[in-house]
Amino acid sequence: MSSLRRRKPINESSDSKHNEEEEDEDHDDVDADGDDDVNGKNKKTPSKIKKKRGEKPPKQPKWSCMDTCCWFIGCICITWWLLLFLYNAMPASFPQYVTEAITGPLPDPPGVKLKKEGLEAKHPVVFVPGIVTGGLELWEGRECAEGLFRKRLWGGTFGEVYKRPLCWVEHMSLDNETGLDPCGIRVRPVSGLVAADYFAPGYFVWAVLIANLARIGYEDKTMYMAAYDWRLSFQNTEVRDQTLSRIKSNIELLVATNGGRKVVVIPHSMGVLYFLHFMKWVEAPAPMGGGGGPDWCSKHIKAVVNIGGPFLGVPKAIAGLFSAEAKDIAVARALAPGFLDNDIFQFQTLQHVMRMSRTWDSTMSMIPRGGNTIWGGLDWSPEEGNSCAKKGEKKNETQIADQAGSENAVCKAKSANYGRIISFGKDVAEAPSSDIERIDFRGAIKGHSAANTTCRDVWTEYHDMGFAGIKAVAEYKTYTADSLVDLLHFVAPKMMARGTAHFSYGVADNLDDPQYKHYKYWSNPLETRLPNAPDMEIYSLYGVGLPTERAYVYKLSPHAECSIPFKIDTSADDEDTCLRDGVYSVDGDETVPVLSAGFMCAKGWRGKTRFNPSGIRTYIREYNHLPPANLLEGRGTLSGAHVDIMGNFALIEDVIRIAAGASGEELGGDQVYSKIFNWSEKINLRLDEEIPVHSSR
Amino acid sequence: MSKPLSFYRSYFLSKTMSFLRRRNGTDSSKTRVADPNIKKDGAADDDKKKDEYKIPQRRNYGSKKWSCWDNCCWFIGLICSIWWFCLFLYNTMPDSIPQFVTMAITGPLPDPPGVKLRKEGLMANHPVVLVPGVVTGGLELWEGRHCAEGLLGKRLWGGSFGEFYKRPLCWLEHISLDNDTGFDPPGIRVRPVTGLVAADYFATGYFVWAVVIANLAHIGYEEKSLYMAAYDWRLSFQNTEIRDQSLTRIKSNIELLVATHGGKKVVVLPHSMGVQYFLHFMKWVETPAPRGGGGGPDWCAKHIKAIMNIGAPFLGSPKSIALHFSIEVRDIAALRAQAPGLLDKDVLGLQTFKHLMRMFRTWDATFSMIPKGGETIWGGLDWSPETETVNNSAKKGTDNSTRNTGGNGNICNTKGVNYGRLISFSKDWAETHSSKIERVDFKHVAKGDKLTNSSNCDIWLEYHEMGNRAIKAVADHKVYTAGSILDLLHYVAPKLMARGASHFSYGIADDLDDPKYDEYKYWSNPLETKLPNAPDMEIYSLYGVGLPTERGYIYKVAPPSDCSIPFQIDTSVDGDSEDSCLKGGVFSGDGDETVPIISAGFMCAKGWRGKTRFNPSGIRTYNREYKHAPPANLLEGRGTQSGSHVDLLGNFALIEDVLRVAAGATGEDIGGDRVYSDIFKWSERINIKL
Repeated sequence: MSSLRRRKPINESSDSKHNEEEEDEDHDDVDADGDDDVNGKNKKTPSKIKKKRGEKPPKQPKWSCMDTCCWFIGCICITWWLLLFLYNAMPASFPQYVTEAITGPLPDPPGVKLKKEGLEAKHPVVFVPGIVTGGLELWEGRECAEGLFRKRLWGGTFGEVYKRPLCWVEHMSLDNETGLDPCGIRVRPVSGLVAADYFAPGYFVWAVLIANLARIGYEDKTMYMAAYDWRLSFQNTEVRDQTLSRIKSNIELLVATNGGRKVVVIPHSMGVLYFLHFMKWVEAPAPMGGGGGPDWCSKHIKAVVNIGGPFLGVPKAIAGLFSAEAKDIAVARALAPGFLDNDIFQFQTLQHVMRMSRTWDSTMSMIPRGGNTIWGGLDWSPEEGNSCAKKGEKKNETQIADQAGSENAVCKAKSANYGRIISFGKDVAEAPSSDIERIDFRGAIKGHSAANTTCRDVWTEYHDMGFAGIKAVAEYKTYTADSLVDLLHFVAPKMMARGTAHFSYGVADNLDDPQYKHYKYWSNPLETRLPNAPDMEIYSLYGVGLPTERAYVYKLSPHAECSIPFKIDTSADDEDTCLRDGVYSVDGDETVPVLSAGFMCAKGWRGKTRFNPSGIRTYIREYNHLPPANLLEGRGTLSGAHVDIMGNFALIEDVIRIAAGASGEELGGDQVYSKIFNWSEKINLRLDEEIPVHSSR
Repeated sequence: MSKPLSFYRSYFLSKTMSFLRRRNGTDSSKTRVADPNIKKDGAADDDKKKDEYKIPQRRNYGSKKWSCWDNCCWFIGLICSIWWFCLFLYNTMPDSIPQFVTMAITGPLPDPPGVKLRKEGLMANHPVVLVPGVVTGGLELWEGRHCAEGLLGKRLWGGSFGEFYKRPLCWLEHISLDNDTGFDPPGIRVRPVTGLVAADYFATGYFVWAVVIANLAHIGYEEKSLYMAAYDWRLSFQNTEIRDQSLTRIKSNIELLVATHGGKKVVVLPHSMGVQYFLHFMKWVETPAPRGGGGGPDWCAKHIKAIMNIGAPFLGSPKSIALHFSIEVRDIAALRAQAPGLLDKDVLGLQTFKHLMRMFRTWDATFSMIPKGGETIWGGLDWSPETETVNNSAKKGTDNSTRNTGGNGNICNTKGVNYGRLISFSKDWAETHSSKIERVDFKHVAKGDKLTNSSNCDIWLEYHEMGNRAIKAVADHKVYTAGSILDLLHYVAPKLMARGASHFSYGIADDLDDPKYDEYKYWSNPLETKLPNAPDMEIYSLYGVGLPTERGYIYKVAPPSDCSIPFQIDTSVDGDSEDSCLKGGVFSGDGDETVPIISAGFMCAKGWRGKTRFNPSGIRTYNREYKHAPPANLLEGRGTQSGSHVDLLGNFALIEDVLRVAAGATGEDIGGDRVYSDIFKWSERINIKL
């Protein structure tokens, strides 16, 4: 005790009070006495101390510093405890009172409201979480992960990331060759509702929806979280964990224990693609599929309520795969150059992140699908004509924009070429296609290794590319959705080899072609048919009114050892075309552009099409983003952002009504704020079943 | 008078508000502007200056009052700093240090069984189903009253029990069931937690299944090959199916486990009450559809490799009688004896006991633990399977008792103990030969002679309706055996037992083909059902021995008062000798502290051994006993050789057996029976038609 106590003051005063310590000659002698003093004081022998103090004044200052610190900490602690006590003793409804006093009466949560209307739990509900939001826990690990058995590596507090980052990266990464866990490591998805109710403490994902469903009578036995390992490719979750079989069995159980009532499935984000894959898998015959028979879906599923569904992929995934960047990271880098690039702590953060995320096959499911047909070519895009005007207004409404309203008029003059998802340089992004000279990169020889690629421990395939390869990539200048896939094949051949074994990004000419029986097509809505379930309903619920990444302006980064050679050019700004920090934005939910979330339900599957032969009814429900009015509202009840939309009261109300038995018509059919139907019109995609003469574009 | 501390502080302290003062403190520690006054008084100028300050300030502020307050702050700060420092050290410490320390003290630790067996090359083979017992499974709230706002999805049972302390009455209201239906009261939905988290830890740091799970994981098990068959342990077994479809879920999940493991059958590990629950499940699953699961007559044979019952109360536990009769067990009774009044008085106006009893009595599942088999199994007035009959000479009896106890580590001296008398009113009646006891029949004594003033008891206890005469009649019956105990409970709590009797049965079947045994209330009683037709299946009974286990009680009539339970364990009664089995009004036998050996071992030792009428297909049975050895030191926690009811789940020998069976071994491979107690001899004495 006393030794500890003595160590403390030295530690604390060492930096700030260094000089003063040097001044004190008899410092060391005092030290020992001082100890006695402190003890003595506690034992209430003040007279002795007084005497001593008189004799040796110099010793006191030293103690006073530590004492004040202690005293200060004590005060803070007491106040803290007092507040904590008050907080705990406070009635639970108190925060609500305060909020109501400030903002006026709050609306009832949708669950309470609908319960008053008399809604009751009816159809069992299946949640399919998206990428990233599901928890992962450790079942077997290396030496460095001792003591983490069945602790969450992903989700929760992420404490281990800070404590042992390299160990964490090692465990979270998958094997490069197989796409499964490395030898001796088993990281498995958490199961049950806890898997994705909260991502981190206080950051809800499904929790609000679950709580509201519980209000009208749902409970554990009528809700099922179809948790899966979101790092794996979809078919591999079945190979390793039999996840698809488990989902099938659990849905059957839900239907059986609820008197034959079909389930309402609620996939979110990547879960949408996963569930598309599941629906094909379950009806495919046994060795490759689940062997549920051709009417499994129509027997077991009432409705699929897709939330924020990236049916056709997201451009964000490209930036993630290409340079491990997204808008936020790029901006952070621009603000604090060197912070992420330099080897702080020798971690080479970004490269490690890139290496880790590239081992996750599932990220490749998010690469834009449908090529130029959907995403636009060099000189056109479905969203063209979309200008900042609309968004400018919206931003003004929502008071998040710094753009002045005066620009609204100007914006219409020029439109961004959204079809060019990656351009090297702002000029290239804006020039008409005839002016761009492109040199094909596909033939370029790699292997002229960038100087000194000894940084082998950081695996990014860029090191294999060499100067010539990098230069060739940049000289192609602009990439559309089609050529992007080629680009990724060029810069990361190994990764894409794994990816193409599990995912496909095209548009099917003839869906009867036997090749489409392969599982790699199952998650692509443009290469599969919906199941034969005419009574089923498919909803697409997504947020609009937030700028969403759609295209990027890139630059070559100054060549340094072990760094990623391409970077988003954050200096590129053009307010006319919504170009900010090197990113072109369109309407969406901050992650998924409207086009990807809405097209299939707006056109691709609407009515009887070749993708939807049984004419499953589809509905689009958009939710306009409104930021929370004040801090007390947390993440808002009117949000349209990709994850926060799970707390959107309007969306929750729709979901509850569907779960309680309402059909799409009873909800009010489509609810659209964006121009999704206009844009869908512009997409020239053959929808009738005839054998094509030859596909255009 | 003036301590240096307060003195120096007086430079920069404001006199009135601690808040202001604190801020000054911040300044002093952060800026150096304030420092010179304090720090540099080594210099002469400062000294002088200080003196100028010192004197007036000492007069003004250096009073006792402030110095006390400041010292408190100082002291708390110091403690906090040290605490944080230690915490920091603890967190930065490599994880292996505690192990090093333990090794340094106790010598090298044995490998956990999972690691050891992995080195032997064992791999995950059969999927494993865990069936938790009573009390250990978590319960969470899905819908509650107003007072439980904000607790949605939080654990009411298990975890930290934080709500129990914060709002006890609210908690009691939610955790109780409805008296008439045996389900949740309207407007309240408390549901079992699902998944492995349901019962891996009961409370923070108190493992139940966690050690078993961790060791299974070492040889390759993971979430997909483990299934926790969590159910609401408050409900009667059949009601879990009616309300939650728990049995259907277990069936479906076992089928899924078998299907996803290439047809490998499951190994089931039920613990405590889960044993009876699983017996019930096996009957249910093969019964045709409306009443059962409709799995067909060979479902068990197709899906189950082995059932490894852990700490199994096949035939009930006497402990549950004391709980039902007066909500006491040994520990509570001893506590009451030491601090009379603490539990009886209405501390905080809560009437703790009565509330607990009321809650406890609404739980139908507790009836499953009442001793089954009556006097045939548990012994009559003058004999019990654990002791030689009293007809033998005293000397021989002593010999026997020493022999009995010699093998099991001197549990106690069984001399003169009549285990068959589960409840006796006073020690004399417990010891006197039956021929000398005059028993008055209580069954026809009319009740209704109300206790004084029972109207102001807001608590539901059927004792209030009994009246003094009835209480006296109960006491006059003097001695109760396993058979008459049921009559007693029916008498003192008719409503309660009416519910219980509709879900559970405690007898022995004469003719198992009688169609009445198709009813579900018999399914959890091994003496009234046949095992399924599954000759390849194996049944193990794994239980701890070497701990004194409640086997009989001595009661007294409590001084009548308002709203109190009229019967209490007479804690003043002790045996004649030091090692007597009678201590604190409780007769102890050998067992695992909760379940006596006879209950855990009899079925596998005799009732089901070979082809009997209870086991027509000749399922092989094995008894595996684990001798209790207390943890050598505190570092071992709850020990790796424990034999007590729950701690047994951390017993390395047991885990090793479990892992071997899960990895494919048969009962013969792991060594067949392993017995320390005289269970086989005791079983011989039980005269039952097989």
